[in-house]
Amino acid sequence: MEREHDVLIVGGGGAGLRAAIAVAERDPRLDVAIVSKVYPMRSHTVAAEGGAAAVIKPNDSLDAHIEDTIAGADWLADQDAVEVFVREAPREMVQLEHWGCPWSRAPDGTVAVRPFGGMRIARTWFAADKTGFHMLHTLFQTALKYASITWYHEWFVTRLLVEDGRCQGVTALELRTGRLHLIAARAVILCTGGAGRIYPFTTNGAICTGDGMALAYRAGVPLKDMEFVQYHPTGLPPTGILITEAARAEGGVLINKDGYRYLQDYGLGPAEPWPRLRAMEMGPRDRLSQAFVHEVRKGRTVRGPYGDVVHLDLRHLGEATIRERLPFVRELCLHYAGLDPARELIPVRPVVHYMMGGVDTDVSGATPLPGLFAAGECACVSINGANRLGSNSLPELLVFGARAGAAAAAFALEHRDLRLSALAAQARDEEERLARRFRRAAAGSERLSRLRAVLTQTMEEGCGIYRDAAGLRAACATLADLRARCTRVALDDPSHVYNTELVAALEFNFMLDVAEAVAHSALAREESRGSHQRTDFPRRDDARFLKHTLAFATDGPPRIAYRDVVITRWPPAERVYGG
Amino acid sequence: MAEPTITLEVWRYHPEQEAAPRFQPYQVPYRPDWVVLDALNYIKDHLDGSVAYRWSCRMGVCGSCGMTINGVPRLSCAAFLKEYYPRPVRVEPLANFPVERDLIVDLTDFLEKLPAVRPWIIRRDAGPPDAEFRQTPEELETYRQFSMCINCLLCYAACPVYALEPRFLGPAALALAARYTLDSRDQGRAERHPVVAGPDGVWDCTLVGECTTVCPKDVDPAGAIQRLKLASALAWLRDVVLPWGRR
Repeated sequence: MEREHDVLIVGGGGAGLRAAIAVAERDPRLDVAIVSKVYPMRSHTVAAEGGAAAVIKPNDSLDAHIEDTIAGADWLADQDAVEVFVREAPREMVQLEHWGCPWSRAPDGTVAVRPFGGMRIARTWFAADKTGFHMLHTLFQTALKYASITWYHEWFVTRLLVEDGRCQGVTALELRTGRLHLIAARAVILCTGGAGRIYPFTTNGAICTGDGMALAYRAGVPLKDMEFVQYHPTGLPPTGILITEAARAEGGVLINKDGYRYLQDYGLGPAEPWPRLRAMEMGPRDRLSQAFVHEVRKGRTVRGPYGDVVHLDLRHLGEATIRERLPFVRELCLHYAGLDPARELIPVRPVVHYMMGGVDTDVSGATPLPGLFAAGECACVSINGANRLGSNSLPELLVFGARAGAAAAAFALEHRDLRLSALAAQARDEEERLARRFRRAAAGSERLSRLRAVLTQTMEEGCGIYRDAAGLRAACATLADLRARCTRVALDDPSHVYNTELVAALEFNFMLDVAEAVAHSALAREESRGSHQRTDFPRRDDARFLKHTLAFATDGPPRIAYRDVVITRWPPAERVYGG
Repeated sequence: MAEPTITLEVWRYHPEQEAAPRFQPYQVPYRPDWVVLDALNYIKDHLDGSVAYRWSCRMGVCGSCGMTINGVPRLSCAAFLKEYYPRPVRVEPLANFPVERDLIVDLTDFLEKLPAVRPWIIRRDAGPPDAEFRQTPEELETYRQFSMCINCLLCYAACPVYALEPRFLGPAALALAARYTLDSRDQGRAERHPVVAGPDGVWDCTLVGECTTVCPKDVDPAGAIQRLKLASALAWLRDVVLPWGRR
């Protein structure tokens, strides 16, 4: 037996760090560990820019935030979860303020707020346009205070270990040595973030490969609402670097090749000179991304070296405002597009940004598998439904990170026994599986980068902003073919120390699991709702699909099932913006 | 017409197979909008999957991809090929750190030093319940710059003091000490002082300022160290020379 902890957290981003602090604060005698494939400050939370929503100002109300979130979700969010989220978000945000997060301030010293898409009131806290970066580093540095936290930096989890119907630990590859270790734990929390890398154009870092989603899926936990993939309307081609929604909140406008504010043609107008809440550029992300596709079809976009773009115009904001409120946008434009947004138009297009779906959990972060919890983007509680409103994901990882930490700590205190010999046997099996794979890879014939290109192109073509049955069926077939091909992957690298190619191959298998869950969930949902737009089923169908999709792993394609959405006080209504 | 190419000379070291490091040249397509990281990814995808390096966000904020590029510590996601073309680009691991393999260095030393400067808010009281601490934009401005550090460690690779004296806490850790000490919400100056002004702290710094030159986020660690030296000198003056002046 090598390692044993009360609570083991997989992933050291915002949700994982918040969960670890929650465990440490609950009882300093609880032994908590964070295992992460990267150093925690490299986690993708670092890339969030615009802000984090929570009700704090006297002109705002909890109900208003709840209603905006539910409408933004196209009524697919569980309303009990949204209520918990909105109620607890302010306390979590204040806690982060007390831990030192450098929030931007109003002149009187209170935290400043800015408007965000789909919200009726300005309630988004921000630290200039580096909000995720500051939140992540505040959480990381605060977590360093707690002696009860053990860190496994750069360990890659390959499998969840289930014994007696309970999750009792993981196997993890120590990248520095290439050794596979067993880490036993009384409770495990998955906080591994999103899976944007299953698409070719994404704001997501290279590390966002859906690992936790796939780990849970393989352990028998369903993935919920995976068909809902958020495109952010303003990514910088060709890299997908994010130009934050805050650029529009500060007054930036979207124009087509004729300089026309086209959003007014898609139920988001009328066009007025200054940003209006829940209208035009301040509409929700799904609507803005869909409008872009229509503009392409009408031939009103600009042809760029990397495909069609529209323009984000910040010129009228002036250099001073851009420097103060959007310094990172300016930095990114200068460095990566060679343009100054104070004087030039920014070429943008929709890029994959966020997975609304994820590991099925309840409001405490518990999955259906006892001992296994999940929080953050890899989880689906669900508060985001068919479309997440911008600035809800950062408070989500605080609220549900803390809740998952508390629930996992309680679970670990109640379930002390671990079946260590059985776990060791499972770990040996996993070691043999990986060794076999590794040996086979020496004689493989498929190049990993080729398979990855096929995967991402398949997702973009079949499971993009607009989908239909024929395209989805073709995508499912290609993914099944990739499943067979990926057993023949060749590896150039025979070594153990930091074999990043082996890690990429293991990540590719995770990506494939997640991609199949997305494609099959999308094929089964015969309606259009939020980010899931079926050209062959253009209407929302509450009679058949006011339900969460559950994708269960099988030996072949996933088995799809449904569960009713929790409706408390807000019956489904038409989603209206603009006006 | 054939696509133009550029040569990347990549520092290779596999501890399991090789006693000594070597440079391996690779020809990659030259595209003016590519950064060095794109070229490395091209190599890994198409030419040689065994080249090992760290990267993630490709937008200069995760801090993973620091390397020595033509002798200068840089983020490889922010170093454009067009800055070097048509000359070759030499890519090496960050200096002053033990190399694990290829371009991957061991960061353990920094991660062990970081908690020593107590990079978190220290308070004697809990703060206002259910409300934020008030902090004016001017108070925020006093430490804002020092809060921008992404821990990419280019500053350690550039620091001649750290090269000679590995016990030196170093620019990024000290910038974070300044960041919290200057924060109006923090009351931990006295607790950080013995470490910051101690034998491995700010007085080791010889003010070369290379850390500030290479910092991709304009944190100005050298300026942070100067601020801490001044604060440390004032504290010494207050405590030793004018002990009756203590509050």
